[in-house]
Amino acid sequence: MARIKIDQLSTVYPNGVRAVDSLDLEIADGEFFALLGPSGCGKTTLLRTIAGLEQASGGSVSIGDKDVTSFEPGRRNVAMVFQDYALFPHMTVSENIAYPLKVRRQPKTRQREVAERTAGSLSLGGLLERRPGQLSGGQQQRVALARAVAIDADVLLLDEPLSNLDARLRLEARTFLKRLQKDIGITTVFVTHDQAEALALADRIAVMEAGRIRQLGSPRDVFRRPSDTFVANFIGSTPMNLLDGTIENGSLSVAGATLPSPVDLPDDTKVTVGIRPEYLSLEPAGQGITGTVSTIENLGVSSLVTLECPDGSLLGLTVREQHEPAIGSTVTAVPEQGRLLLYGKEDGTVLR
Amino acid sequence: MPATDSAGLGRGRALAFVAPALVLIGIFLVFPALWSIYIGLTDYTLTGPSSVNPRIVGADNITGALSDPLFGNSLWLTLLFVFGSALIGQNILGFTLAWMLRGARRWLRRLVEGLVLLAWILPSTVVAYLWVAVLDRDGGTLNALLNTPGTAWLVQYPMISLIVFNLWRGTAFSMLLYSSALDVVPPSQLETARMVGAGRFSTLKDVVFPHIRGHVLTNTLLITLWTANDFTPFLLTAGGPDHRSETLPVFIYQQALGSGALGYASAISFLLLLVNLVIALVYLRLLRRRG
Repeated sequence: MARIKIDQLSTVYPNGVRAVDSLDLEIADGEFFALLGPSGCGKTTLLRTIAGLEQASGGSVSIGDKDVTSFEPGRRNVAMVFQDYALFPHMTVSENIAYPLKVRRQPKTRQREVAERTAGSLSLGGLLERRPGQLSGGQQQRVALARAVAIDADVLLLDEPLSNLDARLRLEARTFLKRLQKDIGITTVFVTHDQAEALALADRIAVMEAGRIRQLGSPRDVFRRPSDTFVANFIGSTPMNLLDGTIENGSLSVAGATLPSPVDLPDDTKVTVGIRPEYLSLEPAGQGITGTVSTIENLGVSSLVTLECPDGSLLGLTVREQHEPAIGSTVTAVPEQGRLLLYGKEDGTVLR
Repeated sequence: MPATDSAGLGRGRALAFVAPALVLIGIFLVFPALWSIYIGLTDYTLTGPSSVNPRIVGADNITGALSDPLFGNSLWLTLLFVFGSALIGQNILGFTLAWMLRGARRWLRRLVEGLVLLAWILPSTVVAYLWVAVLDRDGGTLNALLNTPGTAWLVQYPMISLIVFNLWRGTAFSMLLYSSALDVVPPSQLETARMVGAGRFSTLKDVVFPHIRGHVLTNTLLITLWTANDFTPFLLTAGGPDHRSETLPVFIYQQALGSGALGYASAISFLLLLVNLVIALVYLRLLRRRG
């Protein structure tokens, strides 16, 4: 168990691509930490640099109190689970789990004992003599996790831990993973491109783009108050509404409506207005944005209603299934108190 | 008659297409093989009375060979040749090159592969003369390089010369086969081994080898048979000096065309065939035991 401290870290590939760009980050002991971003944002490279599988070009990585930047992966006391699980097909489940102990030349009886104990705690008890090829995807993943936690590593790294599972199994595995991490209390870093996964699992999330961290915070922070339009776009299962707005006479003019501005800004400032569909509700009266209902998409327990506003912009909001408005009717969407965000027109960062 | 084959040719026409190939194989492969087995049972010679009227001698040639010290010598040299240059040499050198070039720059990889392949694609006669020039006593390149004037490598160290020669010549095949075999090892498994601190040897043993076991066996089978039947040593040393590099193919040739004992030589060819067969069966058995 240990904290991870990353200081001015850069990883540059031989072809000149700066996958990680002078990045600073501190991950607390026992924290469940997500690196989230679109493909090519450098999240996997950052994970591999922590593991030591990629050589840092600059800066440092410390685990606990030790600077491990120049350490071989095997000397960092870090365990890693790969996206494809990397189980050895010619070894049984038991041999796979005990492999790190075999490499450390532990006696056979101890290998067996640890394999049995770890397998038991990950509900793999009856499968010890099977080969990976005879297991389901979820079982294979648990074997890979068992192999990772069989040694008392300081840090557990997971590369896209749920992406090789089918949708139904994924939810089950997600809950399992979160419980396992809390039980063991090991500092865990995982990489994902799925914002829902990051929100559900992590204690804190780093949203990355182009080798840098765009926002660092708890799932709640990142969801409620994205620090820029990139994060706003990326987080949330329904995309955040981002509309053009202007400050006029101290109020916000957006999509043909006038709303109180959440931030004091000089008149004529051009801004991007951000509001999540979940934070808008249909009210018979109130200060809101009026529009015509153009489409309704059923999301199960709720529906995503798209309004066409007088100025032509589109506004999405979610309503409970029984409150669906009729298509073509004119309604008013009122933002929840304090949920309206303003972003600078130029740099896209949130205005406070 | 309706067509019973998938191409819809009908049996008659299908047979007509296959027949020319079967006839050629029969004339040039099956018949000579059977003929040489038959000759092996006679005292057929190149010249003299038994060249006109060969007698059936049964297994006399075989028993004669088994008590012939020159045959024993050839068998031993063949084993040495196969073991040194193929089983150990080409296998290990080919794998090592493939393993080391895995992470190398693209141009370096292409360069080494190109050079090694060159040794493989040149005709045997050309390569043999190149090596005669390299190993020559007077003015040989090796003597100039090592500063050992007057060393007649092919005379003083004939077997070692042959083994090194065959190693140089044949490694390309093993290297190429192992390069593509190593591509089947998932990188994440190698990295898993790295993460737990496995050394090079245990990574090879626990991760790489189980994946490429089939390739290793296939490669070993092929290079063993090729080396055991290789006639190129004749072009370098002609079996000499004093039978010291006379591998079985060379021995057979010397017996057949040097001494004119065609019957005896054919019987030994048959023995070589049996040895090859046994080797092939052993490998196939090992291969099947996989999985």
